Amino acid sequence: MDDAAVSIEPEAEAPPPPPPRRFAYRHRIPTRVWHWLNALTVFVMLMSGLMIFNAHPHLYWGQYGANFDHPWLSFRGRPIPGWATIPSTYNLAAARRWHLAFAWLLVVPLILFVLTSLINRHAQRDLKPTRDEVKPAHIWHDISEHARLRFPAGDAALRYNILQKFSYVGVIFVLLPLMVLTGVAMSPSMDAAWPWLLDIFGGRQSARSLHFITAMLLLAFIIVHLVMVALAGPINEIGSMITGRFRVPPDRSQQ
Amino acid sequence: MIDRRGFIATGASGLLLGGCDRLNHNPGFRGVLRSAEKLTMASQRLISPRDALARQYTDADLSPIFRSNGTAMPGGEEYAAHLKANFANWRLVVDGLVARPLSLPLAALRSAPHRVQVTRHDCVEGWSAIGKWHGLELSRILDAAGLSTRAKYIVFHCADRFGDKPYYESIDLVDAFHPQTIIAWGMNGHFLPVPNGAPLRLRVERQLGYKQAKYIQRIEAVDSLAHVYGGKGGYWEDNVDYEWYAGI
Repeated sequence: MDDAAVSIEPEAEAPPPPPPRRFAYRHRIPTRVWHWLNALTVFVMLMSGLMIFNAHPHLYWGQYGANFDHPWLSFRGRPIPGWATIPSTYNLAAARRWHLAFAWLLVVPLILFVLTSLINRHAQRDLKPTRDEVKPAHIWHDISEHARLRFPAGDAALRYNILQKFSYVGVIFVLLPLMVLTGVAMSPSMDAAWPWLLDIFGGRQSARSLHFITAMLLLAFIIVHLVMVALAGPINEIGSMITGRFRVPPDRSQQ
Repeated sequence: MIDRRGFIATGASGLLLGGCDRLNHNPGFRGVLRSAEKLTMASQRLISPRDALARQYTDADLSPIFRSNGTAMPGGEEYAAHLKANFANWRLVVDGLVARPLSLPLAALRSAPHRVQVTRHDCVEGWSAIGKWHGLELSRILDAAGLSTRAKYIVFHCADRFGDKPYYESIDLVDAFHPQTIIAWGMNGHFLPVPNGAPLRLRVERQLGYKQAKYIQRIEAVDSLAHVYGGKGGYWEDNVDYEWYAGI
């Protein structure tokens, strides 16, 4: 055997150099500011709201509902534990102070973000599902890819996939507005100013039930959202929500 | 043994909660939270027509049982004597910043032309009950007494005590002169039952339940709430920091 051949062989086996790290600008400033404001506000709203729920942990459908009426959901005592409420010991007055103050931080930025993203076309360009994406076959394909934890890579990672679009559109344009409107429908003063609030929700107690259900759906979104961030690479994902710069995961075909 | 992730989660939630509880006791932060009450009130007043009516329901919508809350039976010999006499000697005093202080016998209030309204009572705790109320518009009482132009608030002094403190409430003139704001003497076709405020209670339909003072003995017109009891305009406002404006 000759020496030259031995020395050449390892070089031929060496892996190709990794593709250069590619960064892209993924989140614009309104998205990033609103995201982190909500990360604070939504937790305060959920936790102070759960304390308010502790004051009367029974939910009804219709215009009225109190202790002698039939609830569709009912708990004994104060069901929500202190670690999940603001403040951590029973205090309806303080919980309402937090809830009704932070509600402004939820509703005003929500309106601003929705308007901004319609005007700068973020909603139409990035969030609106395309005709191809809403085909059942495509949706099913995305679900099975997600179930196998195979997330989009390369340029596809720079766009929202259809499951993300459904979630974000659902939260921004359905759940959050529903949260605000059902909340406002519980205000006796707003019911006088805007009587249609009672009509669209079928009464104050129905609005209260929907407020609770919508809050639980938002909580479910947050849990799934955090799991997905953790699975998709938390440093890159969180970093891109802070700086806007996203490291594009290399395409599988290049691996 | 707690695994590392559980430990971090517990620690983080402890930090967050500890932080919230500490903020909750910080006077500066509480002031910021409290300023939201003024913003809410100003915004609601801005978009509400002054006389926007609370939803009026029909007899078919009445709660089968109208829950009472707070005091169910005022203590003390004075109230017991009134109850025994079927409130025959009960009088409603109207004083403070008025041109003609009044002392109205209950019978006179009950025989005056009155208003009937089926409305929803919303408790701060979250429940609602629908009742039918019979009573005299507060605006007519205030007009009869000749309200001074200096008056800014109407204070309702009640016969019941909560713990060792008298119950009272207050509203401003926008709500005092609202067409649905009445001094009610009847509920669901009968004179008021004791747990619901016999013989006189306030209905101020665009605010929450704790504003609906029961067992009213005296109506006082004032230019400031600062010198009335604890200064915040109501029993709950003084003692547990409920909002004075209970429109939400």
